[in-house]
Amino acid sequence: MSMQYINEILPSLFQGAGLTLQIFFWTLVGSLPLGILVSLGLTSKIHPLKWLLEIYVWLMRGTPLLLQLIFVFYGLPIVGIVFERYDAALVAFILNYAAYFAEIFRGGFQSVDQGQFEAAKVLRLSYWQTLRKIIIPQVVKIVIPSIGNEVINLVKDSSLVYVIGLGDLLRAGNVATARDVTLVPLLLVGLIYLILVGICTLVLRQVEKRYAYFK
Amino acid sequence: MLEVRNLKKSFGGRQILNGVDLTVEDGKILCIVGPSGAGKTTLLRCITGLESPDSGEFSIDGRSFNPQGTEANDRVIGVVFQDFKLFPNLSVMENITLAPTMVLKKDKTAATAEAKRLLDELGLGDKEDLYPYQLSGGQKQRVAIARALAMKPKILCYDEPTSALDPNLRKDVANIILGLKKDGMTQLIVTHDLDFAEDVADDILKVKPLDQQN
Repeated sequence: MSMQYINEILPSLFQGAGLTLQIFFWTLVGSLPLGILVSLGLTSKIHPLKWLLEIYVWLMRGTPLLLQLIFVFYGLPIVGIVFERYDAALVAFILNYAAYFAEIFRGGFQSVDQGQFEAAKVLRLSYWQTLRKIIIPQVVKIVIPSIGNEVINLVKDSSLVYVIGLGDLLRAGNVATARDVTLVPLLLVGLIYLILVGICTLVLRQVEKRYAYFK
Repeated sequence: MLEVRNLKKSFGGRQILNGVDLTVEDGKILCIVGPSGAGKTTLLRCITGLESPDSGEFSIDGRSFNPQGTEANDRVIGVVFQDFKLFPNLSVMENITLAPTMVLKKDKTAATAEAKRLLDELGLGDKEDLYPYQLSGGQKQRVAIARALAMKPKILCYDEPTSALDPNLRKDVANIILGLKKDGMTQLIVTHDLDFAEDVADDILKVKPLDQQN
């Protein structure tokens, strides 16, 4: 395992890691707010909306993400919806992760004392003011550990994008391993994933600390 | 003066309130006492807009209002809950200033100054930066009172103000309530504690479960 060889393949691995990080970042940006909205729908009293969202969550959690990626990229064009590879990956990831986040947030919303809504109501705060200032901060505190699990899964799940021909970190390692007949690139890939997850873990711990100011 | 006329409420076919009338004179204290199951809490929840009555009229100073309404002249009632229901994610100061700034659109400095005045009056002058979990039960209750008063209610309602507190704090609560009366606040108290009611009330309304009246 020469340093020279490592230096040669690292740029391509970093390039792959760049795509992995992009998918990771934009998936979170899209799926966290969407997950909150879906969870509000799941707990709403509008039954048709609730049923529709329950079916959505069932579909997203009930089929492999790999299959969803294939359907979004190769299947949707049949009905006239065409995405670029990268956009298809984001659509599939955001829809899939929003479903998991929605279930986590639903649990969070249900564990906030309903009395908080009553206290806000007698102070004449609107529903959205109540959510934003009172309920969501409490929900976030409750759900951070579960969200953290999914966030770490996402770092690794992003490797599924190889199936629609995107060059992420794992694929870059695979290419080098096949070409050079050595496991060294994949070892490095493993190491890079570990570092990424390590950073995520530290960030999540900081977030948890930020919410430790109340009980 | 708060007037409630002919308030009716039933749950699932069971009549809880059957035409309740009550009046609270300006600056006076009315205690509603009765055993549990008598509909005291339901009565309070109807007056505070947390439950919609089947029928009934509400008026304050002769002008009718809708307890569940959101218009400016519907904002006449303040509530101190049995378990206080402070917002745990907000500091004492934020608990008090949130509604005045967001609902009444008061500016932050004015709201903070008013909150400080209320906290000083209630003996919590040094507690503004603490969070609810750092307070004792009695302190939480006083924050809840300050939070309600900051909205400038015409009448302040309490649900079982003594039941979540140590018995030796009953006197303190009574003093706070009588102190507010001296400031001219009209107050309505729901309690099962007849001794406490007799200590503070100008008027006592006794309620009984409906199925025992017949």
